[in-house]
Amino acid sequence: MIPGVDGFMYPNEVELQWSLLIVLYPYITGLVAGAFILASLERVFKVDAVRPTYRLALLTALSFLLVAPLPLQLHLGHPERSFEMYLTPHTASAMAMFGFVYLWYLTVVLLLEIWLEFRAEIVYLAQTTKGLRRVIYRALTLGSMNVSPEARRLDDKVGYIVTVIGIPSAFMLHGYVGFIFGSIKANPWWSTPLMPIVFLFSAMVSGIAAVLLLYVASMKVKKMAVDMRCVDTIAKYLFYTFCIDFTLEMLDLVHRTYESDESFRSLDFMVHTRLFFSQVVLQIFLGTLVPLCLLAANQLWRFTEKARRAMYVTACSLTMIGIFAMRWNVVIGGQLFSKSFLGYTTYKMAFATREGLLPAIALMLLPFAIFFVLVYLLPPWQEPEHVSAPAGD
Amino acid sequence: MEMTRRDLFTIGGKLLVLASVGATLEQIVGAEPAPDAYKMADHWWGMIIDIDKCIGCGNCVRACSKENKVPGGYFRTWVERYQVAEGKQPKVESPDGAMEGFPPLTDENIKSFFVPKLCNHCADSPCTQVCPVGATFISPDGVVLVDPDYCLGCRYCVQACPYGCRYLHPETNTVDKCTLCYHRITQGLTTACCENCPTQARQLVDFKDPKDPVHEFLRHNMVQVLKPYMATNAKVYYKNLDGSVR
Repeated sequence: MIPGVDGFMYPNEVELQWSLLIVLYPYITGLVAGAFILASLERVFKVDAVRPTYRLALLTALSFLLVAPLPLQLHLGHPERSFEMYLTPHTASAMAMFGFVYLWYLTVVLLLEIWLEFRAEIVYLAQTTKGLRRVIYRALTLGSMNVSPEARRLDDKVGYIVTVIGIPSAFMLHGYVGFIFGSIKANPWWSTPLMPIVFLFSAMVSGIAAVLLLYVASMKVKKMAVDMRCVDTIAKYLFYTFCIDFTLEMLDLVHRTYESDESFRSLDFMVHTRLFFSQVVLQIFLGTLVPLCLLAANQLWRFTEKARRAMYVTACSLTMIGIFAMRWNVVIGGQLFSKSFLGYTTYKMAFATREGLLPAIALMLLPFAIFFVLVYLLPPWQEPEHVSAPAGD
Repeated sequence: MEMTRRDLFTIGGKLLVLASVGATLEQIVGAEPAPDAYKMADHWWGMIIDIDKCIGCGNCVRACSKENKVPGGYFRTWVERYQVAEGKQPKVESPDGAMEGFPPLTDENIKSFFVPKLCNHCADSPCTQVCPVGATFISPDGVVLVDPDYCLGCRYCVQACPYGCRYLHPETNTVDKCTLCYHRITQGLTTACCENCPTQARQLVDFKDPKDPVHEFLRHNMVQVLKPYMATNAKVYYKNLDGSVR
């Protein structure tokens, strides 16, 4: 009898191959994609109400995107060989494209859009600050000091085009992560064409929730008033996106249950036992149904500002936990049962090892540290009055 | 003499041409293979396993482990014992991969049999498809191999294998699996597991060799591959495989 194993596992299956770090990978990229899509609401779809979070969402996306490859690097048996994915990618592999999708999104979309958005401010700061800050801002101008109305108009036009390109790119970034799992036919828990779209909508849900929380927290720290029109609008979009996400997940569940193929008994048993807490309690009940009810209540009835704020913060916090649980259930859950469908193993999470809890916590804190630095360098709170607005604004 | 940039490029170009010509000439005249040398294109390896002949002794597991220095707790091959009672889920066990065989059966009145397992060296292998750098590949003679000097250790292939045949080698941190004893079969030998099977339950076969007994075997026996619905074109054929086997 092997400790932690019930029934029969193929002998090489007892140990899980993808750990907590691989749970972080879709979680973090999801936050990136979601935050960017929220930012694009303002830019492309002209939802003016969310304007106060536009810059914040972009910086949130960048903070998390910079960390996104780190869990993968730490997980690799040979991290020093990871550059081979760029030099000699195996084109038949879904994973081989990660580096290219990532670089595209980082450089062509996010960095460019942030630079264009903040350019006038960077130029102003490069001219008005002193010492190291001046050097940094001068470097960030990339040598372009022209912030004339014509130049700003051009920035705005290019920024718009970048955002338009960025929306399908954000969809690709996270839909693609879903495809990495969904295309594994050997694993019935993962293998579904719904996986990319479920990943995408859950990404949007988590990204929107993260930006709302960061916005409210930032306002509290800065002792500034929360723009309730903005958070009401974000909460409304969160509710709609969540409805689609939940519907897709339930569609998957209903489909699996109704079809009841040979894997069903095994997976059903797993959900009712080893995944009960993380799937049923955390993901479905606390992480989905409760926030959905809180958000729905706000669509039906009018609450006081204070109550709304409390409800949104609670709903978003639970959502973040729920989406993390969803990633956990996909990644870890997909390895807890045997591909023989005759047994189950246990995930033994280490603490201070390369793939343990400690580096995972550090990796989850790192984006916030980056966010802090970015916000210090490029304050997103208000658009400076000294910057000449592009014509048409 | 002062060398200009143009001179440098001219000399460099000439050296490049000379090196290419030299390499090509060596290929044409210098690298003639010996007449009895192993030619990959002449082979297409696989295995046949006769369930009725396997006695679950574990010789194959021990031989494989010794021959290939398989780390403890991991398996390039293993043997499972199925006990199938009518109308019930089969009871399956493989204590330490059957390294020391199996304990005696507690219930003799039950259908029981042994199933040796190894990499199926699939012609359409999902593991090679997903490798992000092509470190795992199928050789021209039909053996799925891993290049340990190239493997990233991402373990996507481990997830993609429907048969549980791959693991991360704890010392090299690269993925490891059955190589069909490639170092032996290319020398005209059989695999360690086949050589040590006392009942000839497992036999290495070459589908491209018209004289190989496999053709006769396939003509006269009911054979099956594991998980045929995975459409991997597995090349390990089982005779009399029970429907309960996964």
